[in-house]
Amino acid sequence: KSSVQTIGEEQIQNPYTELLVLKGHQDIVRFLVQVDDCRFASAGDDGIVFLWNAQTGEKLFELHGHTHKITAIAPFSLSDVSEEKKHLIITASADRTVIVWDCTSGRQVQKVSCFHSTVKCLTVLQRLNVWLSGGSDLCVWNRKLDLLCKTSHLTDAGISALVELPKNCVAAAVGKELIIFRLSASSNGSEGWNVIEVKRLVDHEDNILSLVNVNDLTFVTGSHIGELIVWDALDWTKQASECNFWDSSVHPDVQPEIKLSQSPNETSVQHLTSDDECVFAAVGKGIYVYNLQMKRVIACQRTAHDSSVLHIEKLPNRQLISCSEDGSVRIWELREKQQLPAEPVPTGFFNMWGFGRANKQANQAAKKMQENTPMYFLELVGDLIGHSSAVQMFLYFGELGLATCSADHLIILWKDGERESSVRSLTLFQKLARNGDLQLKL
Amino acid sequence: MISAPDVVAFTREEELEDDLYREPPLPEEYSVPLFPFAGHGANPWAKVGGSKFTRDFILISEFSEQVGPQPLLTIPDDAKVSGTFDLNYFSLRIMSVDYQASFVGHPPGSAYPKLNFVEDSKVVLGDSKEGAFAYVHHLTLYDLEARGFVRPFCMAYISADEHKIMQQFQELSTEFSKASECLKTGNRKAFANELEKKLKDLDYTRTVLHNETELQKKANDKGYYTTQAIEKANELASVEKSIIEHQDLLKQIRSYPYRKLKESEFHPYEPECALDRADMGCDQDTTLSDPAEPDETHLYTHTPSYTPKLIKAKSAKCFDKKLKTLEELCDIYFFTQTLDHLHHIERTFRGDVCYLLTEQISRALLKQQSVTNFLFEDVSFLDEKPPEKQYRGCQGLGQDAMDGKCLEESLAPKVVISLGSYKSSVECVPIKMEQEMEDSEEPKMSESVTSEHQENLDYLDADIKGSISSGESIEVLGTEKSGSGLTKSESQASLPVIPSPQAGRSKVSSRRTVSEDSIEVLSTCPSESLIPEDFKASYPSAINEEPYVDNDNEGGLRFTPRLSPGIADEQDDVSKQESLVQVDAACCIGKESPNFLEALPELGQKPCEEDGVVRIPPQPYRAAEPGLRGGFPSHDGASGGLLPYELDSRYVSGSREVSKSSLDECSDSTSYISSAASTCSDRTPSPAHPTCQPGERHRKRAGQNALRFIRQYPFAHPAIYSLLSGRTLVVLGEDEAMVKKLVTALSIFVPNCGVYAKPVKHWVTSPLHLVDFQKWKLIGLQRTVSPAGVNVLHALSRYSRYLSILDADSKTLRCPLYKGTVVARLADHRTQIKRGSTYYMHVQSILTQLCSKAFLFTFCHHLHLPISEREPEESVVNRRKNFLKLQLGLANEDVKIVQYLAELLKLHYIQEPGQGRNPLLRFDYVPSFLYKI
Repeated sequence: KSSVQTIGEEQIQNPYTELLVLKGHQDIVRFLVQVDDCRFASAGDDGIVFLWNAQTGEKLFELHGHTHKITAIAPFSLSDVSEEKKHLIITASADRTVIVWDCTSGRQVQKVSCFHSTVKCLTVLQRLNVWLSGGSDLCVWNRKLDLLCKTSHLTDAGISALVELPKNCVAAAVGKELIIFRLSASSNGSEGWNVIEVKRLVDHEDNILSLVNVNDLTFVTGSHIGELIVWDALDWTKQASECNFWDSSVHPDVQPEIKLSQSPNETSVQHLTSDDECVFAAVGKGIYVYNLQMKRVIACQRTAHDSSVLHIEKLPNRQLISCSEDGSVRIWELREKQQLPAEPVPTGFFNMWGFGRANKQANQAAKKMQENTPMYFLELVGDLIGHSSAVQMFLYFGELGLATCSADHLIILWKDGERESSVRSLTLFQKLARNGDLQLKL
Repeated sequence: MISAPDVVAFTREEELEDDLYREPPLPEEYSVPLFPFAGHGANPWAKVGGSKFTRDFILISEFSEQVGPQPLLTIPDDAKVSGTFDLNYFSLRIMSVDYQASFVGHPPGSAYPKLNFVEDSKVVLGDSKEGAFAYVHHLTLYDLEARGFVRPFCMAYISADEHKIMQQFQELSTEFSKASECLKTGNRKAFANELEKKLKDLDYTRTVLHNETELQKKANDKGYYTTQAIEKANELASVEKSIIEHQDLLKQIRSYPYRKLKESEFHPYEPECALDRADMGCDQDTTLSDPAEPDETHLYTHTPSYTPKLIKAKSAKCFDKKLKTLEELCDIYFFTQTLDHLHHIERTFRGDVCYLLTEQISRALLKQQSVTNFLFEDVSFLDEKPPEKQYRGCQGLGQDAMDGKCLEESLAPKVVISLGSYKSSVECVPIKMEQEMEDSEEPKMSESVTSEHQENLDYLDADIKGSISSGESIEVLGTEKSGSGLTKSESQASLPVIPSPQAGRSKVSSRRTVSEDSIEVLSTCPSESLIPEDFKASYPSAINEEPYVDNDNEGGLRFTPRLSPGIADEQDDVSKQESLVQVDAACCIGKESPNFLEALPELGQKPCEEDGVVRIPPQPYRAAEPGLRGGFPSHDGASGGLLPYELDSRYVSGSREVSKSSLDECSDSTSYISSAASTCSDRTPSPAHPTCQPGERHRKRAGQNALRFIRQYPFAHPAIYSLLSGRTLVVLGEDEAMVKKLVTALSIFVPNCGVYAKPVKHWVTSPLHLVDFQKWKLIGLQRTVSPAGVNVLHALSRYSRYLSILDADSKTLRCPLYKGTVVARLADHRTQIKRGSTYYMHVQSILTQLCSKAFLFTFCHHLHLPISEREPEESVVNRRKNFLKLQLGLANEDVKIVQYLAELLKLHYIQEPGQGRNPLLRFDYVPSFLYKI
């Protein structure tokens, strides 16, 4: 039985009616990162970094330098006083090197190969003009790639995620622990930095998979068994936590076998994203919207995809995009369900939740809880089918479209056909004018 | 794409006529009697009934020094072709016009015989008694045993239709020049070879004689020379003289300025060719004292192990010896090449002239549609010619259409080279043949071709020939100066703009009329001969040389096919051209015509007048660039009736391979002719050449299959709509043949995405992927029951939103709904059209309409961009919608077809050359429906 909602072929709200397939990678493409308004870089298991034009799909550069798969990538833009903005990207690879590339020239700026372990995450602290690399230890670098300071060896598993916090702090997810580090300028010398471990938070019961900033005051973590914890970014205290919001077992009369059948994979928080109000969590196959103020899940789609959701992102227009291992990308819209509390729930509403009986009860329970609050639901407004394998990540480029990367070695640029058509018309008339074909010749 | 459904009457389709559609014959009493002469291979349009041959043919004749003019061979080599036509008589006629047959011998003041590198002359003559009109191409070949070392030959294209000869003069001239050049190249090679053998013989003879003399000297102790000894000494002296003479000849023949024969059709052996040229280059300054030099041996002696023979002092009597045959005169490779080319010419010009002209016009028009023609046109045609040349093509029709930019490009050496090397100097510039008014001798020759600004198809009636009713039976209607100078031919191949060194020479026109022998030379312009300066005085021209007189005012018959009547400033052009090119009138013997070369840039200054609007009067199409015709593939008439489009693409699809393959199959062609002859109603039958033109055959078959498809499948419309709107159609089936057939049928509806191959994949067995839909718009897919087949079907269902699926096994179609009207016209299942090629043309004409709509839509500025800055996007969108609906009259889904085509046009236009385009896939989120029979 397929419980996944389908939308069919008629998708009026889906703007993506044109696509470009970008070929180049030889292996799984795992990372997409935006360089500037119209360029993005892609990287993956083949160790090659490609730089693309998001408008034309043109391959700008092919950056070779890594011998193993790329494990982290981060853009780094410098604004020199003398020059205009300089766009760099930093890539870390399983060959234990980190390379800084110049996006303008397509050349390798610098290469660091003094790591003891693979760097798994990179974070640029634009404000401090330094960047951090997280592997088995945390290193702080300035933009000239001088090692400023580093922590002692933390763990073999290494830092899986890093996030910048206020007051020169960073949170690093190391296994089940969340470690807060503080960077401080050392007393002797202006360029000297110190990194001190400030606090260890051990509230998670399983490995922390995702770590994301909500705003200056809050950040959120998600773990493998589906714990979602909202933290205060200033004093690192737990503001709220949702432990098994994915789980129907919160409701007393849920049959135990359902719970048993849920493997941890189906409950792991793969990815988190947020806007000011809500945290959007990709949990297993589902998508959950957690409202920070109400401190509860306001909408969810338990089986948003056929397979694990790998990446989600909130668009400015109340839309949410998710991509999954099943090779599809789906566009959701968070809608308010206008509904009188006393009114019976329409059947269509149940279908939205996907499950049969359990959901019905969940719904009833939910209804009890939110009698006076507006109900939200995620409506599927479109899906993008193109990849033949897991869609690892996507990058939203606003009106330029959407870039998706996948395990089928491809990157697909999805575009608004209407817009592209008018862009082409504009180009056409510009070219006509340039060629002088517009003038009437006598 | 430009097709003419009104010539459908001409179409015939001998094969592939489906039994399914063959209707039972009418009872005798109801049937309309056929055209009475149909049985005799005549058509109602045939103008001349009196000719004794059934179709056009090529005749090669020789003016033998032994027996006089004699026919050597005809192409096609079929007795039926010439019929009762007296080849001997006609040979006499055509050879007798060769008034400028070159003479070679001992010119006064020269010690040795000189070879005369004579260029060919081209004459048009008519024999009204015989009903035969001929383009005659005179050439001379070298033969050591012949008088003056030369033997005059001619190749004649003989047709009963004088319009054809006159209107296709340029084309005939170009093609025959190529053939002649090829033949002469081979001849030079053979001649050099012969000379070397002769030299060896002489050398051997000298040794023998020398030994004998020595022996005699030794034996002779009487102190005086016997008569025998004196004889021997004389003999020895004459042998030595002969050696020097022959060495000189060899030097001359080798120093012949090879034109750079770049066309591999004639010179496929590039290394040899290169060697040749290199060799020639060094031969210019180094004397060939050593004939045994390895290079030469390699080049000129096919049998290095030649055993020298003793040469008898007395050569055989002139009439005793057997003259070499044409085949022996020429290197065998070049000889076969020449024959191939002549066969090719024959096929090209076969058929009625109106077909040729229509086809040329449509091709010329088509080439101007540079913005849209890629959509539904044959890919090879577009591939072959860079767009710049399209302007040259239209210049052929309207002189004003010359664009400075494209001119520059066409003048660039690169382009010229690519156009083909056989261009002579004159051929690469507009040639105008002007018939001078000969008051006394040609009183009737007062009609002018170009002064009459005819409209439309009047050109067929244009009386080009000046003296139709003259009592004489053979008229030379016009000739063209051919050939180029010694130095010019070299420079021209690469740099056509360089003025020739002999620029200062005065031009000589000649008016000669040889009317006493029932031959009227109306106008001649014999070739410039390549005579060394010192030799010129003795050049035995039969033509009175006169200083050139500007005869603008004389009116008269002017053969200026490129002038386009009806264009306002045409006269400017004419006068401009005339002021530049004043050599038209007649012969310029041994004179260069640098003005020809300068004329082009001058013309190029003219701004392009077209601004995108085609203004082509239906004049016979004359290519300003004969090189455009370089790749002339076989024309081989269309069994589909020489439809313009078919001819067009056949004509242009002639990459070398194609034309080559077609040449290889000429034997098939002849056999086919005979079989087809019974059904041919054309006077000069134009039978199809089934195998040589796969494209054409494909087209016919595709048309036939498409016709069957639209009759068999009630859901043909949505399927065709899918193709036209750019939605990939997958034909799914188990049987490969059936799937391929359907794919072939549907392929005629697939718009091209660019100047690449049609996005059609006939047979795929692996699961489809998204990338395939970008690349292919029509795919034949195998259905299997194996696990792999499950994957195939899974992929289909996964990507179903990008696809329409035609299941050939269960006869179902899954695709979006279509409610428009265009496809209904395109594919009416009740159509009365029965023939595949006719239906194909019908499709082409509707698609052409669609293209023009798409063109309008694409290039209307205000439909896509706001008129003013403040105009909201919505009003532009509304305007666009209204335009599509009201102006273009498109309903429902038809809009999407035009939008898709417009999108392709945009992409095509904005694509920067050299920059690979990312193929993009456009799609709609529209529901699909399942259609069943």
